[in-house]
Order: sequence, then structure tokens, then C-alpha cells
Amino acid sequence: MEYIITFLDKNGLVFAFLVTGIIMYFSEGISKTLTRGKIPGSAISIFMGLVLAYFAGLLTLGKKGIADLPGFSGFEIMGGAMFRDFAIVSTAMGASFAIIKKTGPIGILSLFLGVIISFVVGAIIAYSMGITDAESLTTIGAGACTFVVGPVTGTALGASSDIIAISIAAGVVKSILVTIGTPLIAPYIGLKTPQSAMIFGGLMGTTSGTAAGLAATDPKLVPYGAMTATFYTGLGCLLCPSVLYFVMRAIF
Amino acid sequence: MLLRGVALLAACFVAGQILGETLGRLLGIQANVGGVGFAMLFLILSQNELEKRGLFHLEMGEGVTFWSKMYIPIIVAMSSVQNVRVAFSNGLLALLAGILPVLACLALMPLLSKLAPKE
Repeated sequence: MEYIITFLDKNGLVFAFLVTGIIMYFSEGISKTLTRGKIPGSAISIFMGLVLAYFAGLLTLGKKGIADLPGFSGFEIMGGAMFRDFAIVSTAMGASFAIIKKTGPIGILSLFLGVIISFVVGAIIAYSMGITDAESLTTIGAGACTFVVGPVTGTALGASSDIIAISIAAGVVKSILVTIGTPLIAPYIGLKTPQSAMIFGGLMGTTSGTAAGLAATDPKLVPYGAMTATFYTGLGCLLCPSVLYFVMRAIF
Repeated sequence: MLLRGVALLAACFVAGQILGETLGRLLGIQANVGGVGFAMLFLILSQNELEKRGLFHLEMGEGVTFWSKMYIPIIVAMSSVQNVRVAFSNGLLALLAGILPVLACLALMPLLSKLAPKE
């Protein structure tokens, strides 16, 4: 038994291809039979991934979902930032540069609005639940942007580790919500053109959530949403510990 | 030829990500600023340029399309390594701070869409 697990860990990436293939095969089946194709197989696969990650987390108390299970370490490579970003970049082939250029200014506006509104709403929630110091409020507001902006801001401002943990958790909740929610809400918010995908990416930010959500909605929209979303974390890390923190300090 | 496509994609990826990292350093923040976005722009522009000169072979394109087809499986793997447990075990504050800002931003979608230029 021991040597099989060692073998699987050694050949982790290949084993991850196999397991992901099995997850997707079953999800296609569920999509066809249980939902009559109404919920796309890709959306169900992504949801199954999250469910597996949740139970693996309960079992191992680790941070890396099923990659913490013995034999499944290859998922860390396949689902890591390198492959994710490489695959996102590849989707740009065939995307229209003209549309990106034309929608650029509104994309930038949506980026600023996305960061500032997330920050403000996040900070208001923290305040209404009894947190009153500017550093903690700023950190949680930053966590409402993405799960990278939260800890980066919190570390820069010297927030306590439990506040930073909450900010990471808020960012992860956001990412999961966007992943699951995007295909469901897309028809109601007019998310069907490249332009709307660019605005959506700017407002939501979370690259992983936006990219996964758009993939389940319409793969053609992925490059446009990812294009703006990729600037969000950088902008958040720029604004939260500086301008937005000064505003918070002036108020509290 | 197939590998030239993969290599082109890799070149754009490396150039874009390094630009994003450098931009982050210059701005004094610990984050990559738009690396993926720059890489995508490089890929679009270099594809256009190569096509203009007749140097873009069909098989080269397949080297890139393979990865864009691998995209969804990679996203499935990505969601299965998320720290989902922590998202649900950190209490009401984390849940609300993750959910309500998303709803507030979504409410702006229709307004911004109206401002967007039409095709």
C-alpha cells in the first residue's frame, strides 16, 4: 500500500490528470441525466472540486484541499498558479484586440469601483460586528477584495493574525461564491458579450473565481474577464494599505 | 511546429509575468500587477504580427489551443486545492465580508454595461 502512495506522489501530475478526468466524466453524466444539460458539466466539475476540497480539508485539517491527501500531491501542481496562468494566457489566442482597446477605459473604471466598493462594504460589515481599529477594519476591507490583498495589507499594517485569517477567509468565500454564482447570475446581469466580461472581471477581481465562473458560463468570455481581473489584486495591494488606510485612519 | 506554438505561449507568459512582477516592485507592493494581462496582450499582438508575415502555421496554433482546452480541467484541479474548510469555519464575519461586497459590485454591472461602447 505504502509503495503505491509513494508512486502516486512521485507521478503526481499524471495522477492528477487521471483523477480530474474521472471527476469531469462523472460531472458530464450528472449534467446530462440530473439537470438535462441545464447546468453545464464544467460548472458541476468545478463545484465537485470544491466539495472534495472541503471534505479533504475536514479530514486532514490542511490548507491545500485534496492535495493534502496522501497520493494526491500532484493536484498542487496541476491546480497551482503556474498552470492556471499559463492556460488563461493561452485562451487569449483569437481574442479581439480591438474590443479590448475599446473597452479598456470602462474596464479601468470598473477596476477602481470594484476595489473601492468591496473595501468599503467589507469594512462596514467589520465595523457593524464590533471591530473599531483602523488597521483591522482596513485588513478586512482588503480581504473583501481578494485573498491576496487581505494578508498583504494586514502584514503591511501590522494587523493581528486572527484578523488576517478572517481577511483570507473572506477572500476565499468571495472566490468560491463568484465561481459558483457566475453561471447562475449571468443571464440576469447581461453577462454575454466580451465587453460585459471585461467589466465583470474588473468588478469581481478574484482571478481564480472570475476565470472559473466565466469558464462555466461561456469559455469565449474567459480571456476578456481575465484580462481586467488580473490587474485587480495589484490595484488592491496598491490602494488598501495606502490611500484607503489613510481614509480609515482619518475616520477612526 | 507544435512546440513552436507552445514556446511562443511560454515566451509571452514569461515576458508578461516578469513585466507584472517588475511593475509591482516599482510600485513598492508585494504583488504581481497585471502579469497575466500583459502576457495575453503579447500573445494577441505576436499572433497578429506573425500572421501578417505569413509565419503563423496552423500547427503552431494547435500548440496554443491545446492549453486553452486544458483550461477547464486545470480550473477543476484548482478548485479542488482551495482552502474551502477555512472559508466556512471562520464565522459569520468572513462569510458576510465575502458575500455582501460581491452583491454590491454586481448591482453596478448594468450601469457600467450601459457606459460600455457598442460593437
